[in-house]
Amino acid sequence: MLYSAFNGLVVGIFYALMALGLSLILGLNGVINFAHGTFMALGGYLAFTLEPYIGFWGGLVVAPLLAVVVGLAVERFLIRPLYGRDPLFSLLLTFGLAMIMQDVIRTIWGSIGQPFALPNYLNSPLSSSMFFLTGFRLVVIAITVLVTGALFAVLRYSRIGIRIRAGNADLETISSLGVNIFFLRAANFGIGIFLAGVAGILAAGQLGLSPTIGDSLIMPAFVAIIVGGVGSLMGSVLGGLIIGIASGLTAAFFPVAQEVVIYVIMAVVLVIRPRGLLGQEGLFE
Amino acid sequence: MSSALETRPSSRPAPSIGGREISAAIIWLALLFVPIWLPAIGGFTDLASRVLIYAMAATGLNLLLGYTGGLSFGHAAYFGLGAYGTGLFIIHVIPSMPLALIAGTLLGGIGGILVGPMVMKRKGIYFSMITIAFGQMFYFLAVRWNTVTGGEDGLTGFSRVPLHLAGESIKLGPARFYYVVLALFAAVMLVVWQILRSPMGHAFVATRENTTRLRFLGVAVDKQIWVAFAISAFITALAGSLNAMLTAFASPDDLQWQLSGSFVVICVLGGMRSFWGPFLGAVIYIAAQDYLSSVTQNWMSYIGLIFVLSVLFFPQGLLGFIKGRGRS
Repeated sequence: MLYSAFNGLVVGIFYALMALGLSLILGLNGVINFAHGTFMALGGYLAFTLEPYIGFWGGLVVAPLLAVVVGLAVERFLIRPLYGRDPLFSLLLTFGLAMIMQDVIRTIWGSIGQPFALPNYLNSPLSSSMFFLTGFRLVVIAITVLVTGALFAVLRYSRIGIRIRAGNADLETISSLGVNIFFLRAANFGIGIFLAGVAGILAAGQLGLSPTIGDSLIMPAFVAIIVGGVGSLMGSVLGGLIIGIASGLTAAFFPVAQEVVIYVIMAVVLVIRPRGLLGQEGLFE
Repeated sequence: MSSALETRPSSRPAPSIGGREISAAIIWLALLFVPIWLPAIGGFTDLASRVLIYAMAATGLNLLLGYTGGLSFGHAAYFGLGAYGTGLFIIHVIPSMPLALIAGTLLGGIGGILVGPMVMKRKGIYFSMITIAFGQMFYFLAVRWNTVTGGEDGLTGFSRVPLHLAGESIKLGPARFYYVVLALFAAVMLVVWQILRSPMGHAFVATRENTTRLRFLGVAVDKQIWVAFAISAFITALAGSLNAMLTAFASPDDLQWQLSGSFVVICVLGGMRSFWGPFLGAVIYIAAQDYLSSVTQNWMSYIGLIFVLSVLFFPQGLLGFIKGRGRS
């Protein structure tokens, strides 16, 4: 029981990290980033390639930054022309982009899954009674807490974070107050991609690498945002953890329904509380 | 530019007297003789059936997407429900084609009726996200519910059953089946045309253009979206049922979000604001897919490229582009 809940928690952490980045980009950029899953895979693969040279910890920092560089280029040249247009177009664009990027990744790194080597000391269980509690899983939790905490601190206290939050509320007003909203949106997109990159490396260590690694995580991340409530970052984290644990528990007792259960949770939440657990009133209504 | 007036099919400015009718007549004539001219230029009739099926699904989706403004990204769910409904009906109930088509259509349509209320209050991109997620729910149902759906391998064990008419059993080869599809496609086009001309159709367009004003006029906007959602799910489900008949197979891929995206891009490619747009989009998309998948293994990225390019350079779609040219 504890074991399955913990398993679910670790998966839920990946959902939450993905949902957090998606939610950021959805809020300020107004884009559902379908390519988020492939950015995540990109982060994982870059870390995989860099690992022999700079080690696991180096890769954990450098690979997401490289993914951010790609992300910024995408934002600048493909997404920026679509701001202010029908949201359908950016959706289709990132959708097509996801297909292309997945094919590129497959061409570069091969379509077969790769094992992602972890430092040995991270792979061994901490104690025999808690055999599922490997060092790496603790690292995953620690890094996620750290990254999420840092993100909330940035959004709460730094100038750019405050502007991002203000832009979520009213982009036009802060633009007329002299904030460069193009830079702001690019920065926000970059932060979202950084989170995806980190999630990619952590997920690669846990689940192994394959070009489609993002596919299995992006849908639950959408569900996490819907359950948590659109417009609330805390909600996205909460939603991710809830559906992760729910799916982990279901996997233990009724494995056939382990995917379906998160959609059932979503439907129940939408019926009882249409704006999600912590969602803002009036957004997208 | 895109006022409610302009998109009303009946009031589009005709380039010349009867020009619209003439081009429509040419399309229908060409469709009528497909089994004759298509093999002659190296195609095969089943491909044309596929085009019509995708055009039907996209036309159904476009009623919601282009005319009502509900950005559904999960319509593969109803396509797939139609396919599975048809297959399961033939295997478990009666091997009768008309009844199986009805069963599949009903299953998908009811799916749409049930999902509708949960999404209808949402707008824009959030609407898309919820429809995607619900679509994915049906996908996992199909993959995991092995005993009924055949799991990841898909549902097999049924075939195109002969049509029983007036005591006679008619075997449906590619050409005959094509005409069944064509007849149903024509019926769907007629129904959609009539809907768009009706007060309900005008309410759909008004929902897209100005929800707030419509609400002040006392129209239940949510209900409009629900109705449009349900109708479009029924049409898409019918297309899915026909697809199951065409391939004698219902696959989880029929429910995948990639297919939902394909339907949307078909609408965008042809022109979301045009009655014939989805049809034209389907012709281009299926032809491109068929060609690319025979030439290169990386055809997915070329399809992706079509998505990206059509969004960046052809947001009005091909028909919108031509119409815009004609007017300027």
